[in-house]
Amino acid sequence: MSEQGARIRKVVAAVPDPELPVLTIAELGILRGVEITDDGGVTITVTPTYSGCPALETIRRDVVDAARAAGAERVEVRTVLNPPWSTDWISEPARRKLRAAGIAPPGPAAGTAVALRLSVRCPRCGSVDTEQLSRFGPTACKALWRCHTCQEPFEHIKAF
Amino acid sequence: MTWFTYLLRLGDDALIMAQRLSEWVGRAPVLEEDMALANIALDQLGQARLLLSYAGEVEGAGRDEDALAYFRSDREFLNCQLVELPNGDFAQTIVKLLCFGVYQDLLYQRLAASADERLAAIAAKARKETAYHVDHARLWTLRLGDGTPESHRRMRQALEEVWPYTHELFEDDEVTDELAADGRAVRPGELRQPWRATVESLLREATLEPPTEDWAPTGGRRGIHTETLSYLLAQMQSVRRAYPTATRW
Repeated sequence: MSEQGARIRKVVAAVPDPELPVLTIAELGILRGVEITDDGGVTITVTPTYSGCPALETIRRDVVDAARAAGAERVEVRTVLNPPWSTDWISEPARRKLRAAGIAPPGPAAGTAVALRLSVRCPRCGSVDTEQLSRFGPTACKALWRCHTCQEPFEHIKAF
Repeated sequence: MTWFTYLLRLGDDALIMAQRLSEWVGRAPVLEEDMALANIALDQLGQARLLLSYAGEVEGAGRDEDALAYFRSDREFLNCQLVELPNGDFAQTIVKLLCFGVYQDLLYQRLAASADERLAAIAAKARKETAYHVDHARLWTLRLGDGTPESHRRMRQALEEVWPYTHELFEDDEVTDELAADGRAVRPGELRQPWRATVESLLREATLEPPTEDWAPTGGRRGIHTETLSYLLAQMQSVRRAYPTATRW
């Protein structure tokens, strides 16, 4: 791969998510691929978290800007739906970043035959003595919780 | 044309559901519910955009999602009448969300195995969202049905209002027959039994009974609607129609 190709991949992967800026789009699992053809064309593939996620338009713009700044001339962004995004794709380092930012990462979304309702660990003090305040939050992917130990409210990314 | 018609029906259901739910923004009983209904509306709007964009491409007449949403008149909308019904009180909104949500969830589950790959992908994605909508409606149904005498009374009244409009969801016609035959669509009639089983057991758990005195208004799938749809469209479309050539908002 050319040096420029590697640079383009790197800067596109490093684009922050507009609604969860502590994570890059690669860490969140919504960047599905960056293809660079021999004649220099760049195709970036992304997938939405939720069907109506309003951040997707911004993300499409941001990846084009990032690729152009790294020297790409022709950039195309494709949106794919299959397979549907899952919170299981959020990497372990990304989960640590979320906790550090005060956001409780999601539990496992797939593979459990019985819907287990486990408590969510407070990202600040680590207590599991927490309660859900609201099943929906400020963005489509979050719910609101509160910790009984440290009394702090926090956001939780819903297993999805 | 049948494929275009079918995709429009799916897209219009989601679009009109989204528009009605958004009317709660700033007016829900508590802030948490305001966010919940807005989030559900946003999911529905996202689904509508995917479905209407696809419909526009299938039609091949150059209409995109916006053209289909903003520049069709009431007789051209193919949503079921249930989704256009006014929100009413909070109980009526929850009953609508329950009845329509269970239907939509069952439908998307089946469509995730559609012979059409693009619709299957949209349905598989949307199904993860509708499962959460149904769960939300279920919790409120339990809380209100098995709540105070007043909340119970309101839920019963809402069921009387909404129930007749559920029959239309399960009507087969030549469009669904043709598309079910080649595996692209699902015969709505096949969803009736699982729908009844789910909704009725939930209602009983909430100390409610499905209404027995019944009638069955119909016509939405052929563009026949209640009067309320026209008012909804007037509100939804007026700005876009006033500035049809605007490109920046």
